[in-house]
Amino acid sequence: MENVIDQGGVDLRVRIGGLHLQNPVLTASGTFGYGRELTAFVNPARLGGIVAKGISLAPRPGNPPPRVVETACGMLNAIGLENVGVERFISDKLPFLRQTGTRVIVNILGDTVEEYGRLAGRLAGVEGIDALEVNISCPNVKKGGVAFGTVPETAAAVTMAVRAAVDVPVIVKLSPNVSDITVIARAVEAAGADAVSLINTLLGMAIDSRSRKPCLANVVGGLSGPAIKPVALRMVWQVARAVAIPVIGIGGIATAGDALEFLLAGATAVQVGTANFYQPRASEEIIDGIRDFLRQEGEPSVRNIIGQVRVDEQ
Amino acid sequence: MTEFQEKSTVTARESLAGDVFRLTVQAPRIAAAAQPGQFVMVRTGDTLDPLLRRPLSIHQVLSDGRLRLLFKVVGKGTGLLAGLGPGLKIDLIGPLGRGFSLAPAGPACLVGGGMGMAPLYFLARRLLQVRPGPGDDQILLGARNRAELELPAAEFSGLGYRLHLATDDGSLGHHGLVPELLDDVLPSVRQVYVCGPYPMMRTVALKCRTAGVACQVSLETHMACGLGVCLGCAVAVAAGGYKHVCKDGPVFAADEVLWKM
Ligand SMILES: Cc1cc2nc3c(=O)[nH]c(=O)nc-3n(C[C@H](O)[C@H](O)[C@H](O)COP(=O)(O)OP(=O)(O)OC[C@H]3O[C@@H](n4cnc5c(N)ncnc54)[C@H](O)[C@@H]3O)c2cc1C
Ligand SMILES: Cc1cc2nc3c(=O)[nH]c(=O)nc-3n(C[C@H](O)[C@H](O)[C@H](O)COP(=O)(O)O)c2cc1C
Ligand code: FES
Repeated sequence: MENVIDQGGVDLRVRIGGLHLQNPVLTASGTFGYGRELTAFVNPARLGGIVAKGISLAPRPGNPPPRVVETACGMLNAIGLENVGVERFISDKLPFLRQTGTRVIVNILGDTVEEYGRLAGRLAGVEGIDALEVNISCPNVKKGGVAFGTVPETAAAVTMAVRAAVDVPVIVKLSPNVSDITVIARAVEAAGADAVSLINTLLGMAIDSRSRKPCLANVVGGLSGPAIKPVALRMVWQVARAVAIPVIGIGGIATAGDALEFLLAGATAVQVGTANFYQPRASEEIIDGIRDFLRQEGEPSVRNIIGQVRVDEQ
Repeated sequence: MTEFQEKSTVTARESLAGDVFRLTVQAPRIAAAAQPGQFVMVRTGDTLDPLLRRPLSIHQVLSDGRLRLLFKVVGKGTGLLAGLGPGLKIDLIGPLGRGFSLAPAGPACLVGGGMGMAPLYFLARRLLQVRPGPGDDQILLGARNRAELELPAAEFSGLGYRLHLATDDGSLGHHGLVPELLDDVLPSVRQVYVCGPYPMMRTVALKCRTAGVACQVSLETHMACGLGVCLGCAVAVAAGGYKHVCKDGPVFAADEVLWKM
């Protein structure tokens, strides 16, 4: 594979089903735009891959402002899945992504199971897409707005609809707003997912006590950033032990040390999200940091540390 | 458009009035590229709280690679910035966004309220470079009180502009709001530039629309990134849907904005 030489004698390559990555560091959906926006700071060719902003069949305008608010060591967002829609994604955004020299993972969302299937069908065979990531944290409009990702049956139904429509690897992105995430993980594995990524944002809320109003126009929003890392790490560890497919760890990753924790907990790759906002070079620094760590530890390959957390048997 | 991340050195920190501070930093690449109306995203420290960078307008660009920020302490982030002193490092990203369009078709009027004065000073200086002189251009400035207005007003009048001042408490200039000063000025200008609190900008925008005078506004929204990736900085536009203050703005044609009443 390309760029192996550039990795300072350490093998950083990992494989997510049929998806080969030059290193395990991806950028998370909704935090890196469509790949072009942060090129003043990051060389996309060095990344393991880019997960593009979530797209739907039709364009979506998103929620009214305020859409973001800072919280302790984190932030809440209620962007409302604003996106350009699949047609403009293919015509305007994909050409740039395709020539970045890294893997392109397209994140998709829908209101109904059928919509996920149709969207995946539209992307099937489109050149330059290396994998799909399916956001199942969206409300199921036919089921009273309950998120697909909180019910094993609908999570599985979405997975099957997407799996049936495309040949590329299908990564299902899990919602943490459930009582037992391993149940959902097993359901999507059984439905044909090639990998799972987790976590999406944790549902949260903030109130301005002076105006007595919620800080977000949408009232509630998704919590992200370093504040959620321990929760995300715990879930990744649980899911990695519950399923046989690869796990991609997401949630508050801002340093190589954070990324290494997720790899040790069982993640084959990681995604960097909110950190891109305040430290746009974070993803490249994490790649360098993982390489330096492995060199110091005398580990020839990053694959040697995946899942190697030492838990004492009771 | 080129953006830079610079670990800049603070060269001066001045307390202008109570909770208003002026920070001068050595940031040569950002300073060289900056246009009036653009902003920087400032990291207020190395810790994870506050997490996000803070947007601040570029207040002034000095010839030797320094730039100035003018800000009021309103919370934790600005409080930390106010505690910086000469020699300390500050991490800036900029210049960001689309600034003011610099080709007014005739006499211009700059209207600033509170910290909205920050970008207007850079604009006022740059207009002097692209036009023969202040001519019939005018500047209207407002603040809460004399303490907040006096020093900035002196800086603006040092440029040779005709100044009209207003304070909420009447301690300097007109006792009232800045837009009240606009009525006398509007008939003689072709372009208004405004930055300040939302209600003030809305009033100015509507007065300009009625008078048929072009108006550019510099908007504020909460921003997680300032770089066009989070989509958190949405503002509703008259044509329907949203634009993004960090990329499409912060400066907009006033008529483009869907003003909340
Ligand atoms: C393009 C732009 C230019 C600006 N230029 C200036 C300037 O030159 N001088 C100046 O004094 N202020 C300016 N502001 C406002 C300034 O960004 C806020 O006062 C500052 O972010 C407050 O941070 P804090 O941590 O002190 O306050 P907190 O209230 O603790 O901040 C909490 C969160 O809310 C955000 N926030 C709070 N108030 C505002 C606001 N008014 N606008 C945007 N985000 C806000 C913060 O960024 C932070 O994410 C500008 C804002 C924008 C969008
Ligand atoms: C502003 C914002 C927008 C996001 N948009 C999407 C999206 O479109 N699709 C998606 O699956 N996840 C989206 N996410 C979730 C992130 O990809 C990620 O799962 C989450 O933020 C946790 O990681 P972090 O703590 O590193 O940010 C978004 C997150 C943020 C903060
Ligand atoms: S502040 Fe993030 S897109 Fe504008």
